[in-house]
Amino acid sequence: MPADVSESAPAPAAPATRRARRGVRRGDGLWPWAFVLPLLAGVGVFYIWPILQTAFYSFTTWGVFGGFKWSGLDNYGRLFTDPQLYRSLLNTLIYTAVVLLGVPIAAWLASLLNTPGLRFAQFYRVLFFLPYVAMPAAVALVWRMIFNGDYGILNWALSLFGIPGPSWVNTPGFALAAVSVVGLWSSLGFSMIVLAAGLKNIPPELYEAAELDGASRFRQFRSITLPLLAPSVFFVVVVTTIASFQLFDLLYALLGNHNAVLPKTMSLVYYFYSAGFVENDKGFAAAIAMVIFVLIGLVTLLQFRLQRRWAGNA
Amino acid sequence: MASFPRRALAAVAGTVAAAATLAACSSTGASTASDSDTPYSPPDANISANLTYAVWDQTQVKAINANLAEFNKKYPNVKVNVDVTPYTNYFTKLQTEASSDSLPDVFWMNGPNFQLYASNGKIEPITGEVKAGAIDPKNYPQSLDQLYTLDGVQYGVPKDFDTIGVWINKALFAQAGVPIPNKDWTWADLHSTATQISQKLASQGVYGITAGMDSGQSTYYNTIFQAGGSVISPDGKKSGYDSPATAKGIQFWTDLVKSKAMPTIKQLTDTTGDQWFVSGKSAMYQGGSWARSEVAAAPVAKDIAVLPVPKGDQQATVIHGLSNVVAASSPNKQAAQALQVFLASKEAQQQQGDLGAVIPAYNGTQDAFAKSMPGVDLQLFLDEVSYAKPLPVSKNTAVWNTLETNLLPDAFDGTKSVDGALKDLASQMNADLAKE
Repeated sequence: MPADVSESAPAPAAPATRRARRGVRRGDGLWPWAFVLPLLAGVGVFYIWPILQTAFYSFTTWGVFGGFKWSGLDNYGRLFTDPQLYRSLLNTLIYTAVVLLGVPIAAWLASLLNTPGLRFAQFYRVLFFLPYVAMPAAVALVWRMIFNGDYGILNWALSLFGIPGPSWVNTPGFALAAVSVVGLWSSLGFSMIVLAAGLKNIPPELYEAAELDGASRFRQFRSITLPLLAPSVFFVVVVTTIASFQLFDLLYALLGNHNAVLPKTMSLVYYFYSAGFVENDKGFAAAIAMVIFVLIGLVTLLQFRLQRRWAGNA
Repeated sequence: MASFPRRALAAVAGTVAAAATLAACSSTGASTASDSDTPYSPPDANISANLTYAVWDQTQVKAINANLAEFNKKYPNVKVNVDVTPYTNYFTKLQTEASSDSLPDVFWMNGPNFQLYASNGKIEPITGEVKAGAIDPKNYPQSLDQLYTLDGVQYGVPKDFDTIGVWINKALFAQAGVPIPNKDWTWADLHSTATQISQKLASQGVYGITAGMDSGQSTYYNTIFQAGGSVISPDGKKSGYDSPATAKGIQFWTDLVKSKAMPTIKQLTDTTGDQWFVSGKSAMYQGGSWARSEVAAAPVAKDIAVLPVPKGDQQATVIHGLSNVVAASSPNKQAAQALQVFLASKEAQQQQGDLGAVIPAYNGTQDAFAKSMPGVDLQLFLDEVSYAKPLPVSKNTAVWNTLETNLLPDAFDGTKSVDGALKDLASQMNADLAKE
């Protein structure tokens, strides 16, 4: 992941790269291709081919142990009239929105970490980053205990104020909130580290100059911090959105697969899993996978459009 | 910045990486149901083969290895690799292997998944072995032979079984001043005992009874049978949830929750029934014979007794057991069948019973289990076999199991009327069964 951190920094070298690339194209020979071939082969075999296959299977009815029958748009017809699709989509959007709330929090934490002369900065950084490295299953186990209705520490804390807490992970409404909060918490560290790296790359001279010109703190934030941090923020938002759209493991481990609130709480990917691997309805599951694929594609495209717009303002 | 599009594209593609697993199962499975009329003949002692034996329980590997050592005395040139996959992934993996006809030669099968594999010609019937007298189904509980029989053809013999009982914490009974019921107790006895204990020990947060309400095997399937109801019709085509007798079996648990003799379903989802029991927070725990090792290792172990499940309109318990089956596509079928026959033998089953935590299925090899907790009457789990009913299954059991988990809690907690919830469940389950 540290690689992402450096790549997320504003890249003044970008035009140079572009020029270099054009140079390569003009240069003769297949050598450049030979170098990228292993990567291309990997992408082809593990990404492009499965995508094409999944697209194909989404138009078939698939027997449990292989053997498929062309069924045209049947799966999509069924899918778009299934209320579970829209419920899962809504749940996924709510989850994503909550996790994205973590970005400003991460920015604030990052600026705290960036305070000159802060002691134990490394220690804090590790501390905040740990949840991101921890396995979702382990994270979920611990949070399950925290959320326990009878013996959980959260309800114990609430009881000190005389508030009776619910059974968090199996009460409709609360369950999605609980999952979202854990998602926010565990993505915080990653966002914060990226943003902190972005902040570090802003030359302090700019602030000094602004100070001399009598710019207020807010003005400094608006005219220096925000535009120069924008690429990092953009990166964090894109990556967080994509990751949130793929919510599965946290939900699976936090709620368990014998939980009555699942239909009301499941995400799109959980819906895919349940259709494909619990109900053995694989053609239908392929259709769900295609919907997720297109949705993430669209959201990402939209984000890049927006990016171009505010990059122009900067 | 130049790296963004590429990276984002890769990430987008990652979404359907899960779908790659789907794609992996794409080969058209040629069902190779073999001729089940050929009698089996034991292979030559020096037959040589490399077999894979797939199982999901690591704790049984010790007993399996002991079995295999004996097996190799008969067939020294058959090498068996034991392949352990945790239960949560076992059937996902098996399904992928079955789709590409690369199933392990011999593997564990359970009730809920059996019909799916049998009806698709993925497992070899044992008809030949039975005809040749190498396996005699009469040596195993009949209800389990039934579980592994589809359309009159038997595909496996049980290797072990479990029945359901009520584990009791004697210390909590004494503390509440409530006498421990007799073995011939009824629903009413259980209800009043549990309610009294809950009331008397409420200040300590102790409940009269807990149970694993997330699946029917150890809980509501038992009471449904005890009330004379059914979960699914014998031909596996119709739901039994719309019958009044079945409703009575469900109502039993609703009443327990209502009188606060049992925690709510939400509480039981947060902290499972066995966890309440082993930490001394419930006086009774209705659970399977498989809870033996967990109970014996818990701090409450010294205060344990056990009772059979109480009697409703009739006496009944759910029985389930695993079986060893041979893949129809196995290239070493003769050696695989020899292993299947050996694992079903009295000798191998005795060894399983002596070493393992499970009850071996072969009649007369279960003594070791019955005596494994001195002072606790584990024999009752064996006696229950006489009135046991096989775990209800159909071809795609998982589908309606999910419906049960989703729809029944509202009935247990009283959020919805039992009749209303069961009506929904029956109609949705029937719709799914029609697709099988």
